[in-house]
Amino acid sequence: MLELKTVETQHGNVRYIEGGVGSELVFLHGAGGVTPSDPFLLALARTHHVRAPLLPGYGDSEEAPELRDMLDFTLHTWDVLDALKCSDPILVGHSMGGMIAAEMAAVQPNDVSRLALISAGGLWDDAHPIGDIFAAMPYEMPALLFNDPVAGEAMLTAGRDVEDPNFLQQFLVANARQLGMAGRILFPIPERGLANRLYRIKARTIVIWGDNDRLIPPFYAQAFKKGIKDAQLVSIPEAGHMVILEKPEAVADAVSRLG
Amino acid sequence: MKFTWFNLMPWPHLPDDFREKNRSVWVDIDQRLFDPVKSHQVYNTYMDLLEYAATLGFDGIGVNEHHQNGYGIMPSPNIIAAGLARRTKDVALVVLGNSIALYNPPVRVAEEFAMLDCISGGRLVAGFPVGTSMDTNYCYGQIPSLTREKYAEAHELIIKAWTERDPFAFNGRYNKLRYVNIWPRPIQQPHPPVHIPGGGSVETYDFCIDNTYSYSYLSFSGYLRAQALMNGYWRRVEERGAPDTSPYRAGFAQTICVAETDEEAERLYAPHVSYFYNRCLHVFPGFADAPGYRTIKTIQTGALSQYAPPKGGYATLSWKELTEQGHVIAGSPETVRQRMEDLIKGLRVGNVFCLMHVGDMPADKCMYSTRLFAEKVMPKLRNIFPEHADDDRFWCKPIAQVAPGSLPAAPDRAPVPAE
Repeated sequence: MLELKTVETQHGNVRYIEGGVGSELVFLHGAGGVTPSDPFLLALARTHHVRAPLLPGYGDSEEAPELRDMLDFTLHTWDVLDALKCSDPILVGHSMGGMIAAEMAAVQPNDVSRLALISAGGLWDDAHPIGDIFAAMPYEMPALLFNDPVAGEAMLTAGRDVEDPNFLQQFLVANARQLGMAGRILFPIPERGLANRLYRIKARTIVIWGDNDRLIPPFYAQAFKKGIKDAQLVSIPEAGHMVILEKPEAVADAVSRLG
Repeated sequence: MKFTWFNLMPWPHLPDDFREKNRSVWVDIDQRLFDPVKSHQVYNTYMDLLEYAATLGFDGIGVNEHHQNGYGIMPSPNIIAAGLARRTKDVALVVLGNSIALYNPPVRVAEEFAMLDCISGGRLVAGFPVGTSMDTNYCYGQIPSLTREKYAEAHELIIKAWTERDPFAFNGRYNKLRYVNIWPRPIQQPHPPVHIPGGGSVETYDFCIDNTYSYSYLSFSGYLRAQALMNGYWRRVEERGAPDTSPYRAGFAQTICVAETDEEAERLYAPHVSYFYNRCLHVFPGFADAPGYRTIKTIQTGALSQYAPPKGGYATLSWKELTEQGHVIAGSPETVRQRMEDLIKGLRVGNVFCLMHVGDMPADKCMYSTRLFAEKVMPKLRNIFPEHADDDRFWCKPIAQVAPGSLPAAPDRAPVPAE
């Protein structure tokens, strides 16, 4: 139902996932990437025309070493939307993707009328430190990312043979490519000045958060709500940072309030 | 051959249960384990040991840079080197090195190294490491996948600052400077010799070959495990058509302990070697290699980070295993000579960084081992590469030096100006 396609940009070929019929929606993935079998994208595609571009270095999107800072990432993603001839979609971002989506809406406020920020990065308060995904060991990830770490671990390792050395090699390369790229806006602290720009956002905004997010604590849901005029907050119980995997239907329903 | 006596400067008071109670010796090590009052003695003993080695005929004395690290209490090696410059003569000061991507702007390194070269009378051997992921990314917050680009720019800026004779503007990505015009500049021309610590990436091989820098493999796992990596380097030297295969194009760090007999070596040094391999190298694996720090090409070669512990960890390695597997070269002078000869010829290295202070080794044992090496081992290894004896491209070229205490007697009335 969802397909992988390619679009050409200034920064090389970008892969994107496309499917569904309905209002235009663009999804920006988090630091872990996204695949065509993602349950959240499948849920959205039932009522929306979904497109989810992969950031350079993710999946088989070409690497773009010249994208170095927040402005580069923000404008690159605008370039992708232009290349897709996609104007004023419902802009949805999870985690790192939420950080990029918020920046896009702040930089070009007249081009984004509906915005959904799910467990989004981009803000920092010393009293509420965000976990360090770069130093975390693979065995520590489920507890950081999921409300139910056991079920979460099963989701993370589904279809993978973690004992296979070839898998391990591919995993290390993919991890270096993906998190290497993500590190440019997330390392060592996932904050690049967004708080100073939130006031520019004009979009009708929904902030969606797992009540039990141990990576980016729900404190930041409140911070986004306060920083963006008239933003609504939807809290999802029994969900962690990967609320889009743990409660895909509930999150898709919340996004659908935007159209 | 060039032998450099190296001190990592480990903190010698880590508790017996350090491994059990702490997740890492590096980055987030417990502040409370450092005792500033005790460190006064530790620092001074370590500097005394470096100066002692200089009196025994070592070619160089060596220091390095680590941050937030229980086995290296030297965040600024330049401070130690400045102290050593004043109290030694003729011996090379091997600063291996300054992690140049961490200095803002890196002209600071050009300046401080120039000061060291001037104060020491041209005795500086300059090292430019990229820096470990622990130091560079986790302690100093550099973005992993941009670290190498920043390093390359810093290198370009430093070399230009050392060699240009007029003020210049430098419009870098990470450094924007309108007037680069360092004052002082180094004695050695065109600039001090440069050594680059590397961990097996092809990019670093090429960087050394192209710039006539010496490639140093600073490993703690010994010469037997280093063979594949150094073979890769020498293969690359040939592939790139370097004009020669001088052994001084390469260096290697080796833990060495010498006693009168093999048995005495074990009795004297085993606890300190165990302290180093069990406590000092207890690094949380999550800090070993930030994603993006190593290039994709390097990961694809299958090389593991050198801070990835051997399977099962070092703790399970006994003295016998550590010495037989070459992590440590230890024993009588003859045992050590044989194994050092294997190391030097096998890896083809003209520069050896002798790690002779190990873990929590007390000064007397360290002096005993150092003296035996200097008197009974080093002389027999001097002439392994006679055909390259004249290769001075990778070593310092000192001038005649002023002795400390060179002031005249204190004048008791107004001095008469000299004509």
